[in-house]
Amino acid sequence: MDFSLSPEHQMVQKMVREFAQKEVAPVIREYDRRQEPIPWVLQRMGELGLLGISFPVRYGGQGMDYISLGLACEELEAVDSTLRVVMSVHVGLCGLTLLQWGTEEQKRRFLTPLAKGEKIGCGAFSEPGMGSDVAAMRTSARREGDYYILNGEKMWISLASKADFALVTARTNPNAAKPSEGLSTFLVDLHSEGITRGDLHGKMGMRAGSTGWIHFQDVRVPVENRIGEEGEGFKITMSAFDHGRYTVAAGATGVIRAALEASTRYARERVTFGKPIAEHQLIQQKIAAMLTDYEIARLLYWQVGWLKNQGRRCTRETSIAKKFATEAAFRAANEAIQVHGAYGYIDEYDMERHLRNIRATIIYEGSSEIQTLIQAGYALGTRQDKPLRCEAPAYDAEEWAKPA
Amino acid sequence: MGQARLVSLQEVTLKIVTCIKQVPDAEAKINLENGKVSWGDSPLVINPFDEYAVEAALQQKDKHGATVLAICIGPESAKEALKHALAMGADEAILISDPTLENLDAQGAAQVLAAAIRKIGDADMVIFGRQSIDSGTGLTPAQTARRLGWPLLSLAGSIELQNGQVSVERVIEEGRQIVRAALPAVLSVVQSIGEPRYPSFMGIRKASRAVIPTWTLADLGISAPEPVLEQRELLAPPSREQPCEFIEGETVEEIAEKLVEKILAEKVL
Repeated sequence: MDFSLSPEHQMVQKMVREFAQKEVAPVIREYDRRQEPIPWVLQRMGELGLLGISFPVRYGGQGMDYISLGLACEELEAVDSTLRVVMSVHVGLCGLTLLQWGTEEQKRRFLTPLAKGEKIGCGAFSEPGMGSDVAAMRTSARREGDYYILNGEKMWISLASKADFALVTARTNPNAAKPSEGLSTFLVDLHSEGITRGDLHGKMGMRAGSTGWIHFQDVRVPVENRIGEEGEGFKITMSAFDHGRYTVAAGATGVIRAALEASTRYARERVTFGKPIAEHQLIQQKIAAMLTDYEIARLLYWQVGWLKNQGRRCTRETSIAKKFATEAAFRAANEAIQVHGAYGYIDEYDMERHLRNIRATIIYEGSSEIQTLIQAGYALGTRQDKPLRCEAPAYDAEEWAKPA
Repeated sequence: MGQARLVSLQEVTLKIVTCIKQVPDAEAKINLENGKVSWGDSPLVINPFDEYAVEAALQQKDKHGATVLAICIGPESAKEALKHALAMGADEAILISDPTLENLDAQGAAQVLAAAIRKIGDADMVIFGRQSIDSGTGLTPAQTARRLGWPLLSLAGSIELQNGQVSVERVIEEGRQIVRAALPAVLSVVQSIGEPRYPSFMGIRKASRAVIPTWTLADLGISAPEPVLEQRELLAPPSREQPCEFIEGETVEEIAEKLVEKILAEKVL
């Protein structure tokens, strides 16, 4: 057993930390206030290779492993959740799902421009009437010759208005015996005719991020854009969540760390009743809890990263990591505000923003309630992972570094 | 003495050596303990000014194509600083390490670096950061140039290469000064050269797998330089009281009036 990060991992951590702290931290407050995405952030993340971090070099990626992806998410979300969201939807939901389920031709056509950062990808699964209940999806895809005709609406979609590609799951067979067997997944070019989209405003957090809706009105999607077979949409969507949830877990761990660092710093400076508040035991209790939660959350996501590197199925471990880290991050941000007192409540300090941001992660990519049911299912033996036709590929340092 | 190599940039690949140093992190708290400088458990990093030197070399590599070598004098742990240079995009790195090289002064460092640069051979440019943030003498670039017998173009804010000549714009107190020299030459650079790039993922992969060779003084064919500086005693600078006072008043004029009186009374002017 080896819990140490390799020199490579440490360098990734340092590089992403420097980018986030030096370039984003000084301006994020302003964009959060204005509810606007930082205009240069996607391009900059592309230039730095972040958008292709954990894809093989032959598909335009950087050839790093899954642990590096997690470390990058932790560093990004320690500054602001909206940075990590980009990784979750572009790399996690869209890119890694294409890597797992796409044909060689599809990886070449769709994954390569995504990994190079030339195109931005997102995942469009939720609808106004459904989120975690994937089998209740209503968006339809009707086959007509060499095309599918998409109709319906997707909602709560990160980067809806910014992305070029969306991985969309829709109902191809309304008469399937089980509703989950009537779904199929498509890579949709969001610049196609019949697509309208826009951003949602008034969110509690993630205000410097883009979250929106995509409306499909008789959108023609070529058959060759179908990912997997007809009827595999449910399984593919669940794979996408496995990848997305991993990035959410790792990112939330970054919020716990941010809360811990801000709290220890402030507790040493702030004096009440004649001594730094760090010397008050009730403050120490909060800090100790943050530290413990940070260590647990980090071990949990490292474990998932390691399992992913081995190419092993880790829906169960990912679900545990996601639920624990997001809930612990909310607690940590909340307690960090308490440590900061009134100063924690205004946006001069970062913790109120972290609290507003992280609240969403307890809802999306499978709410905490869904994660609880998943875990109970594994514990009680009512849930088992059946082998998939396409398993997520293991990390192979040599193979992934080979040029096209 | 370095032999002038007349390079035509189109025909011969440029060879650039950057000399870097590993120093305590800029945020380290420096203390004096038992007559020795200590920085606690603060991490050691590549000297921030030397990141600009690596950046300058990589800019020339981007423009003209070049082989960039990073060299560093220090203990085994200084390989971390070299790995940073490799991750940024340097092609090769060499550590110069020898037990006799502790407490090296700038003259001594220049002697060792000049020997290493000669051993590397065919260098067209040697680029330094303007100074280190620990000892901070800023003497090593000039002394290395003297040892090599090459021209020194110090405090360069931009670098142009043309027909075997290097032209730099120096950023100096009096303003800007453009100087030119034939290659090979020694340069030191300032921040105007441009923000150092982050390591790339490809660079990180390369750096983490790199086997960095170590050269000893025997490899360089020199003996340990005699120190020219004698350290009698190390003293921590006395802590300074810096009282802060808010000047209040009804109007801006009144505040300004009080401020002027204060300045005169304190003999600031």
